[in-house]
Amino acid sequence: MNPTRSILTADPYNIIITGVGGQGNVLASRVLGNMLIALGLHITIGETFGASQRGGSVMSHLRVSSQRDVSPQIPRGQAHLVVSLEPTEALRVLKEYGNAQAFVLCNMRPIHAISVISGETQYPEAEQLKQWVRDLSQKAWFLNATDAAMAMGNPIFGNIMLVGALSGTGLLPLDRELFAAAIGRMVPKDKIDLNLTAFDKGREMVKE
Amino acid sequence: MSYLLQGEKGERRLFMGNEAIARGALEAGIAVAAGYPGTPSSEIIENLAKVSQQRQLYVEWSVNEKVALEVATAASLAGLRALCVMKQNGVNVASDFLLHLAGSGTRGGLVLVPCDDPGALSSVNEGESRHFARMIEIPLLEPGNFQDAREMIPYAFELSEQLRTLVMVRSVTRLSHASGGVTLGELPTGQPKAFFKHDGFILDPLAGAVLSAPVEYKHALQQEKIRNAAERFEDCPFNTYTGPPKPEVLIFTSSACNLYSLEAVRLLQAESRVGIVKMGTTWPLPPRFVEKYLRLAGKILIVEEVLPFLEENVKILAAELAPTIGAKIFFGKRDGTLPATGEMNPDRVITGLAKVLGISYDPMPAAYAQKAAAAVAGGAPDRDLTFCPGCPHRAAFWTIHNVLQLDHRQGFVCGDIGCYSLAMRPTGFETLKTLHSMGSGTGLASGFGMLKPFGMDQPVLAVSGDSTFFHAVLPALANAAHHRANITLVVLDNGGTAMTGFQPHPGLEVDAAGHTVQSLDITRICQAMGAEVHTCDPFDLETTQTILLELLQSKQGLKVLILKQRCALSPERKGRRMYEMRIDAAKCRGENCGCNRLCTRVFKCPGLVWDKAQGVSRIDEVICAGCGVCASLCPAGAIQKEAVQ
Repeated sequence: MNPTRSILTADPYNIIITGVGGQGNVLASRVLGNMLIALGLHITIGETFGASQRGGSVMSHLRVSSQRDVSPQIPRGQAHLVVSLEPTEALRVLKEYGNAQAFVLCNMRPIHAISVISGETQYPEAEQLKQWVRDLSQKAWFLNATDAAMAMGNPIFGNIMLVGALSGTGLLPLDRELFAAAIGRMVPKDKIDLNLTAFDKGREMVKE
Repeated sequence: MSYLLQGEKGERRLFMGNEAIARGALEAGIAVAAGYPGTPSSEIIENLAKVSQQRQLYVEWSVNEKVALEVATAASLAGLRALCVMKQNGVNVASDFLLHLAGSGTRGGLVLVPCDDPGALSSVNEGESRHFARMIEIPLLEPGNFQDAREMIPYAFELSEQLRTLVMVRSVTRLSHASGGVTLGELPTGQPKAFFKHDGFILDPLAGAVLSAPVEYKHALQQEKIRNAAERFEDCPFNTYTGPPKPEVLIFTSSACNLYSLEAVRLLQAESRVGIVKMGTTWPLPPRFVEKYLRLAGKILIVEEVLPFLEENVKILAAELAPTIGAKIFFGKRDGTLPATGEMNPDRVITGLAKVLGISYDPMPAAYAQKAAAAVAGGAPDRDLTFCPGCPHRAAFWTIHNVLQLDHRQGFVCGDIGCYSLAMRPTGFETLKTLHSMGSGTGLASGFGMLKPFGMDQPVLAVSGDSTFFHAVLPALANAAHHRANITLVVLDNGGTAMTGFQPHPGLEVDAAGHTVQSLDITRICQAMGAEVHTCDPFDLETTQTILLELLQSKQGLKVLILKQRCALSPERKGRRMYEMRIDAAKCRGENCGCNRLCTRVFKCPGLVWDKAQGVSRIDEVICAGCGVCASLCPAGAIQKEAVQ
């Protein structure tokens, strides 16, 4: 048997990273992909980023297998883990890909659709959103990553905090050294420390 | 070092499909690459441009796809290997040259990579490039996974040189923009020498003049090349079979649909009943290879995107073979087993295959699906696409929209292709009334501008981005000038091909590889055509409105207004606010103001939030890009800006 097989609870293990254009979705999926491929796993990432900078919903499908490349699109109802940079996007993803066994990591910072800005629709209350996500998952973690990232000086670090938080959950074998190696190849040298700080803050957020 | 050049032969790396294609081109030893930006194709040329100096390549963003193919062809005629890249509808633009190129033949290997966009994820069409391969009679390859994407490019160059014809390698969004493991090949060394031999006998394909005539002779030669290609494809490593020796159902598939088909068979647990033939060479089909597998099963399902191209070609072979292999039952797009519009995905294949197999599949328990649907209906408002915070287009269309209202003659704007196409939607105040292909806005306006003798007195406007201006607006503008069409063209000059990632164009002083080059001045070009030209900053709402209203109401003939302001995501503006914005809550009169929430209800910039509890507008400090425009809208002076030093 392949020695890496035991680290996946399912094969393929299906992760969806979602958010709104401009939140750093694509970078997060690339970081995770590079961390997982370093473990000798097969990674397939499907990305919808045509609308990535224009306020639309953005989704990356990250699929991990010990054996093969798989489809860049996850079939309906087959997500094992949803990482959401925006709470209403978590709901949208669960509707298509969720199931009662899924895990959810959710950043609570809302990004308003223009129908909300214009007043045609309402953005739901945070507690209500959390309840819906809990009802549609096995376990959910809710984080205020954007606020913490702003405290660090730039809201964009929210995505790396979620990667750190995912590491903290222990759902996948993603330790700090693996992150350091991956991010070191992806960002300029002077940005590495800030990314490591964001990762550590994210890890802290899921420790209760 | 660029990611593309890292790693030794045999190493496995995570590559985006477009990176795999670019790496394949480097391994094939290309000397020249040319293309025009368009999602989902742009990263191929971008990645090659990044390594052009190191690998001694010439890489350019051409003015449009036809010129890109001509530039790449010149390299081929001089004996070099050249790659040409474009999105699906770019092939339409290049198609006149393409037809003649197929007739004239090539010398150094020449490969055209169109990246199609089934489902129109980032397009206003889901047109297919594959049909051009059959129509103009050139070989067509389709990578069925990420490894194929890398390996197929060197194979295509070999084939092109063996046959002396252009070869098409067609990708799709879900391969180009997806990532997977790719095992690297070797990068060649040495630089080839360019020389165009033209003094040989006119019919000598390697030394004579290059043209598609005498037509009958050249056409026959071309068809001989296609027969030759079919023969070579009989044992092509990209055509594979996965499945049992005697399947009940046989799937013929290509491209990303190969991965969906594998997934569908696995989830339906139908591995013992279904075999999958992945066709890497979809035109011309190798007849004996296809026959061998058609013989295996009575039921044939064809899975592809978007139109039934493979389906039709397999059916023609099956009809010809019917006397020896018997009749087959076909399933696919033609009988409605699979939809003939939109992109495929594993679920669509599962649904179709389950029907063919006579089994049922339930992807989600009904109770969960209902609960999730209720949560989304109540809690996740639809996210319509919007201009980014700080986008100059929002300001530009605000003014254009207002001027048309003030003018009150039911004037209208012909749209064009770019981020500003979104002005069909509420984010651009639904200002655009037509939208077709690159440059068509100005072409249509030119036609509308000639209809006065038929009683049409509505003001006619067109918009164009700066890259689109050079790509296809120029001929339409010449037409309008020459015929004295009474129109106003608004050039939304945001300093680059912004929608696809700031690729340079002839209006800029930089090229794909970062060299300083001569820029062409849009103002002077328009003036040379005889247009009255004005330029201003769209963020200055008042001046823009005054000029545009004056042009519409007092001027005849061809008028051009150039609105110059950098894209909010451009390297020059991203992360740099011009103004710190704040709202003086004491001044915001909220629902009681006569403005009827102009800033949020009408202007709808994502950087503004309507705080329902407090009854005032707020700035979202995470999202606001600090362009300052909303301060000029607020009648109460509640939105305030302070220049950032």
